[in-house]
Order: sequence, then structure tokens, then C-alpha cells
Amino acid sequence: MKKTGLSKTTRSNFITYGIVIVLAAIMYILQLTGILSSSMQGFLVPMCIYVIMAVSLNLVVGILGELSLGHAGFMCVGAYTSAIFSKCMESTLTFAPLRFGIAILIGAACAAIFGMLIGIPVLRLKGDYLAIVTLAFGEIIKNICNVINLGLDSEGFHLSLKNSTELGLAEDGMIIIKGAQGISGTPKDSNFLIGVVLVLVTLFVVLNLINSRDGRAIMSIRDNRIAAESIGINITKYKLMVFTISAAFAGVAGALYSHNFATLTATGDKFNYNASIMILVYVVLGGIGNIRGSVIATIILYILPEKLRFLSDYRMLVYAIVLIIVMLYNWSPKMKEYRAIAKAKIKERFGRKKEEKAV
Amino acid sequence: MTNMLEVSNLSISFGGLKAVNDFSMTIKKGQLYGLIGPNGAGKTTVFNLLTGVYKADKGKIILDGKSLLGLNTIEINKAGIARTFQNIRLFKELSVIDNVKVGLHNHHKYSTLEGVLRLPRFFKVEKEMQERAMDLLRVMGLDGEANVIAANLPYGKQRKLEIARALATNPKLLLLDEPAAGMNPNETEELMETIRFVRDRFDMTILLIEHDMRLVGGICEEITVLNFGQVLTQGVTSEVLNDPQVITAYLGE
Amino acid sequence: MSFLNYLINGLSLGSVYAIIALGYTMVYGIAKMLNFAHGDIIMVGAYIIFNCMNGLGMPPLVAILAAMALCTVLGIVIEKVAYRPLRNASSSLAVLITAIGVSYLLQNVALLIFGADTKSFSSVVSLEAIKLFDGQLTITGEAIVTIVVCIVIMVGLTLFVNKTKAGQAMQAVSEDKGAAQLMGINVNGTIALTFAIGSALAAVAGALMCSAYPNLTPYSGTMPGIKAFVAAVFGGIGSIPGAMVGGLVIGVIEILGKAYISSQLADAIVFAILVVVLLVKPTGLLGKNIQEKV
Repeated sequence: MKKTGLSKTTRSNFITYGIVIVLAAIMYILQLTGILSSSMQGFLVPMCIYVIMAVSLNLVVGILGELSLGHAGFMCVGAYTSAIFSKCMESTLTFAPLRFGIAILIGAACAAIFGMLIGIPVLRLKGDYLAIVTLAFGEIIKNICNVINLGLDSEGFHLSLKNSTELGLAEDGMIIIKGAQGISGTPKDSNFLIGVVLVLVTLFVVLNLINSRDGRAIMSIRDNRIAAESIGINITKYKLMVFTISAAFAGVAGALYSHNFATLTATGDKFNYNASIMILVYVVLGGIGNIRGSVIATIILYILPEKLRFLSDYRMLVYAIVLIIVMLYNWSPKMKEYRAIAKAKIKERFGRKKEEKAV
Repeated sequence: MTNMLEVSNLSISFGGLKAVNDFSMTIKKGQLYGLIGPNGAGKTTVFNLLTGVYKADKGKIILDGKSLLGLNTIEINKAGIARTFQNIRLFKELSVIDNVKVGLHNHHKYSTLEGVLRLPRFFKVEKEMQERAMDLLRVMGLDGEANVIAANLPYGKQRKLEIARALATNPKLLLLDEPAAGMNPNETEELMETIRFVRDRFDMTILLIEHDMRLVGGICEEITVLNFGQVLTQGVTSEVLNDPQVITAYLGE
Repeated sequence: MSFLNYLINGLSLGSVYAIIALGYTMVYGIAKMLNFAHGDIIMVGAYIIFNCMNGLGMPPLVAILAAMALCTVLGIVIEKVAYRPLRNASSSLAVLITAIGVSYLLQNVALLIFGADTKSFSSVVSLEAIKLFDGQLTITGEAIVTIVVCIVIMVGLTLFVNKTKAGQAMQAVSEDKGAAQLMGINVNGTIALTFAIGSALAAVAGALMCSAYPNLTPYSGTMPGIKAFVAAVFGGIGSIPGAMVGGLVIGVIEILGKAYISSQLADAIVFAILVVVLLVKPTGLLGKNIQEKV
């Protein structure tokens, strides 16, 4: 049998899709039979949202090897822009799936534009500096979303950074964004099925990208920028590409988010760097660069605190400790050495047993 | 024979220190050329100038009749220079064959969309890449380790993989920065064979930096000796190596 | 006159940022890592002072000294347990993510010990406010003390780094760890000392910050921490005068931005400045350029 590297990765990808589909089917059946508690039902769409967020962040952190702490900012852009579209078109475009489809594309496109904007400093910065700039961008986006007032009347859009009465709307006008109170009354177009489909689309694009010519180029930049340059890899192009694609999917997650809740605001912890870091926790615990791991870690870390109520006070504490331990275990040069030795020992013992059996 | 590389009056200084000064050198097509000199003589700096990592203060670099001045590293690679590094720089987390496939990046193309949507062209080009990469690995004797993660290769094979990756970019001129560093005499012997073979098989022009005089004397047809950033002497290997000036430069007064 | 008031408030806030930024800049200069948890050490310091003063009835100065001592220990322990094992890790992301983990850990431990409710910090400064121009211009005691303390620390630290053996060891380690080791410098010890100094300064910053802005929660340290890092980057990471300049500029911009543009956009303005600075001059105002060796 001819074994190529390609079919192996394809098989691995299908396992990942399979896991998502099976889990979704189980949840769906549980939901239909009424076994799923109502609070858990409320978790289904957010779970899809955070899986998309984690997978798209892993593309930046694990595959490109740069740390982004502003991922929630892109989600915020996607959430706001898609919600604005849906609110404006609610009466004209009544066919919800089409409206939502366009809203998602708009959210993704707008987030992608921001991703590209952020990609520009990325070209000049590395590591810690880059992390702090992405954090800064995320906070800027959040802060701006908090002060925007936007209204629509027969004369078109009105914008104010002060308050909604300054918009000067006509009688027929509608306030779309009301400062820190955000957007309310976005049509509730999200549902679990759409969420799962979007998760699968994200996985399809991200996994196929990684296992292609472009993916190899991106990983070569991660592993050794200077060597990648020496064999003609266009670093600028690929860094921008990764940031843009990753942001676009965060925008998709944002659209899913804004069409799932009655109100959308950028206050509190939803879109700030704490949210970004939470997603980073999912990525790290699932394995940096391991896309399937991101999916599984996100699902588990999302359900666990719900199932283990008594843990909820300690949830963040436990995450923090586990995060530190996982990092030390996976990345410390000494631990790597110990692990290699332990592995060799186990192999040796295992091998000996095999030999004994053979005798 | 025509010239593959003509370097004239190349100079660069770092903070007043002339790292390379008025460096000139001509390499003919198909030649195996050596660049030697004591530590700190500026050999790697010459490589960095040739590959666009540093921009020369003055001087000319002409590759196969085309000026490389002002081009960046990526453009220079596309123009036909590939290199290896003194301190090995592999894509450590990628498999051996993927390292080579990254080298094939600019020669076997399909668009991002074709890749993501897995259109027919993706499969066709990937198959070509797989075959071409395996060919190169076979030449370097690495075909048995195609799916090993590069970081797990033994040292000598890592050096060979770097050469395979450089060859994948289909260069006219191959620069090898201390290819035998850290190798034992047997491995060095084998490497000499490989370098000769690569030259013959791919009709390659090769410039190498090396400290191992046996390797230089054994395979290089001509050499340039660099000392304090300047050309001490250059010419046919056997003559240069017997030059008393060279011996003094290496051993000191 | 209100402009002068704002300016003084800005300088006072900026002095706090400068003291925090010193911790960042020294650690970054020497350990080449962004200690994300630095801001949370401020919070820990402030809680220690709060409990020493309100619970144990200690005088402010003793409370501050106690907080400095405990924060020093905390800083050294964090470095040894969480950061040192990753110093030679193949990816620089590893230690940064670990630092984020430590930051979360400190916040959540504080949450469990001290609770989520906002504590009202009582000022450690007993100096009367100075009123000038018939009361039009008020300079609070906190502002005066903060600015003076900041200047004293800055001068002291500059002298320490340039005149003492330990300070010169720090400079050597920040230039080249390997070479410093060969010269017989205790690299681990020097890095630990840097964390110790940074953490002790964080405790001082905590006292001064909470005296001016008395609301204390487990998350109080994060934003000032991040802004102080912005200040450190602005001034040029690794540079002590840079941290001072950066801190003061960021503090003044924040307060003036709040007063004259929009209180909600003040943070966005600070961050936008960071982005612009890094684009125009990635090494900051007073930082120096480092080129990667090929």
C-alpha cells in the first residue's frame, strides 16, 4: 500500500470533523428529548462561538507563532457590524437565513479589515511587543464601541460620540447603537445548527490551510524566520494572511454572538483582553498548534464549570494553576529532557515485556 | 567557461569597524569554490552580503550576468542563490519532507483558495511536490527519514537536510556555511562525496566556507583567503594553501 | 487654572506609572520577558498595606515596609518557580503565557482571600493639601508625595545600577547572559535581584496609587500594570530615564484626555499612542536597537 503524508492528515482532519458532528448530534438529541437543562441549552451557541474563537486564535498562536491578546476585539467588530446590518435590514429583508448569512459575511469582512490593519504593525514587531499591541488594539476597539451612538432615519445614518439625543434623529428614526448600552433588539437569528455548521466551516478552512503549501510556509516562519526568508518565503504576505483570516473567523463568531442575545454591549468582560486571555487559555490547554485540541479543550472548559457548580468559585484559580503547570510541563527544557528519559524507560520496559512474550 | 558570480569591491562596516573591505571574487559556472580564513575574518558576513541579509556600503554583486544590488533576501533567493547556515536553521517542528517542500514553495504553486477548497490543482501540484521532495531526499540519503520531525534528526543529517532544502529552491549558486562543522572524519568524508555529487548531478556552482582544511583541499578547485575582512590571497587551491602568508594568518606570527 | 490642576494630577498619576514601569523595564532589560503579573503585584502590595493598617493597626510606613518585604519574596518565588524553568525555552511565547497564568493566579487568590468587594483604601499620606491662588489650584498631599517618591526612586536606582557592583552585574547580564556567566557573575542571582527590586517598587506603587484612587479590588492592578508597560515601551524598554519619561507622559495624556476629550476614550488614546510609537520608533524614545544575529 502506498502511504503518502497527505492521506494521513486528511484522515486526521476527518476525525476532527467527526468529533464535532457526533458531539453536536448528541447535544441535539439531548435537547430534543428534553434531558438537557435549560441553562445548558443556553450554552450551546456560546460553545460554538468559543470553539470558533479558539480555533482561529490557534492559527495565530500555534501555527504562525505570534501571540495575539486582542482576539475578542475582532469578535466585537464582527458582533457590532453584523448586528447593525441586521437591524437596518430587519424590515426589508425578512428571510432570516439569507439576512443572517449576509450579516455573518459582513461581520467577517469588517473584522478581517481590522485584522489586516493590525497586521501592519505585526510586520515590524515580534513577541511581547506584538502581544501588547494586539491587546491595545482590542481595548481601543472595545472603548470606541462603548461611546458610539448611531441612528438611522429617512436622511440616512447619524453618528455621535456623546449621546443618543445628539443624533438629531427625525420622527421615523431608529437608534441602532446607544452608547454603552449598545445594540438591543437584534433579530435572534443564531441557533445551534448554524453554530455547528460555522464551526465545521472554520475547521475546514483552518485545517486545509494548515495542510497546504501556504500552511507549510506559515509554519516555516514560526520555526525559523531567517531560514524561511533565505528560501524565498514572503513573510509579510503570510503574516498578514494569518491575521486577516483569523480575524475574519473571530468576526463570524461575533456575528453568531450578537444574533444570539437580546442586547449587545461592549462593557464588562465580554470583549476586553480578559476575554481574549480566556480564549488563549482554551488554546494553550488544548495544545498550542493542535486544532483538534482547541475544539475539545473549549468544549470541556465550557461545560465543566457548569456541571461542577461547587467548583465555579475556584474555576479561574484552577485554570490559572493548570495553565502554568501545562506551560512548564510542555515548554521547560528540563522537563522536555525528563520526559524524553521517561519515554525511553517506558519503551525499554515495554519492549522487554514484548520480548519476554515472544520467548 | 562563463562566470556565475562576480563580486567586486564589496564593503560593509559596523559602527566604524570594516567587517568586509574591498572584497572581490569571481566564481566560474560549475565551480566548487572555497572561502576560508581565521575566525572573525568576515566569511559569514560575505554570505550575509551575498544573500541580502546585510546591505553593502559599496561594491557590486553580479549573479549570472544579473546585478543583485538592492535586492532583499527573498528576491535574491528567487534570482538563484540558496544557502545553509553555520548554526543550523531548520524548521524544527516540521517533518523532514515538509522542510524540503517549503523550499519548493516558489516553484510549485497553487492559490490559497485552491488549497483550502482542495481543488484538483491542489492534488496535482502536491503530488509533484511529494515526488520532487523525495528525489531530493534520496540524493541526500534522507529518504528513509522523510516523515521524521526535523528536530529529531541526528546532527549530521540535519546539515544534509539544510542542503536538500536549499537545493529545493533550484538555485544557480549554493552557499554552504561550514557544512562539516561538528562532523567526525567519516561523516566529513561522506559529506565531501555528497557535495561533489550535488555539483555533478545538478550542474551546481558551490561556494563554501570551511575550517576543515582536508575538506577544502579535497574538493575545492579554487579558494579565497579572507583575513581581517580583506582578501589575503586567492587562486588555485593547492597553491594558495602552500602560500606562507596563509599559514601565518592561520597560525599567527 | 483647571489645566494646571489636571497637569499636576497627570504628573502624580504618571509618577505611579513610572514606578511600575521601572519594574517592567528592569525585568524586560535583564530577563527579556514581559512580566505580565507585575501589575498584580501592585494589587497584592496594596491589599497587604490595607490589611496591615486597617486590620493590624500598623502605622502607614511600617505597613508599606511589610508590603515591600512580602512582595519582594513573592517576586522572587514567582521568578524561581514559574519563569526560571522557561528561560531557555525554544519559544518566547512560553514564558509570556506563563506570566499571564501567574497574573490570573494572583488575581484569583486575592479574590478568595480578600473577596470581590471593593475595599476603600485609606491614604498612607498625612500631608495637607496645598492651596494656591485663593484655592483655585489644589495640590494634594498624595500628589506631592508621589512625585517626590518617584524622583527619589529614580535617582536612587540610577545610582544603584551605575555605581554598585550588583547594579553593574545587572547591566552585564542584560547585555549578554552567557558572557556575564563566564565573567563569574551569578546570573540567576542577578535576575532574582531584579525581580526583587521590581516587586518592592510595585508595593510602593500600590500604596501611592491606592492613596490617590482608593478603590481596591483584585483587579485593581491590571490596567495600571498594562498602562505602565505602555509607558515603559514608550520610553524605551530597558531604560530607567525612559521609564520615568514614559510614565509621566502617559499619566499626563490620560488625565488630560479624560478632562478634555472623553473619559471613556482616555484608555483608547493611551493605547493608540503606544501603537503609533511602536510603528514610528519600535525601540521607544530612549531605547536602543538590537539586531538579530544571523
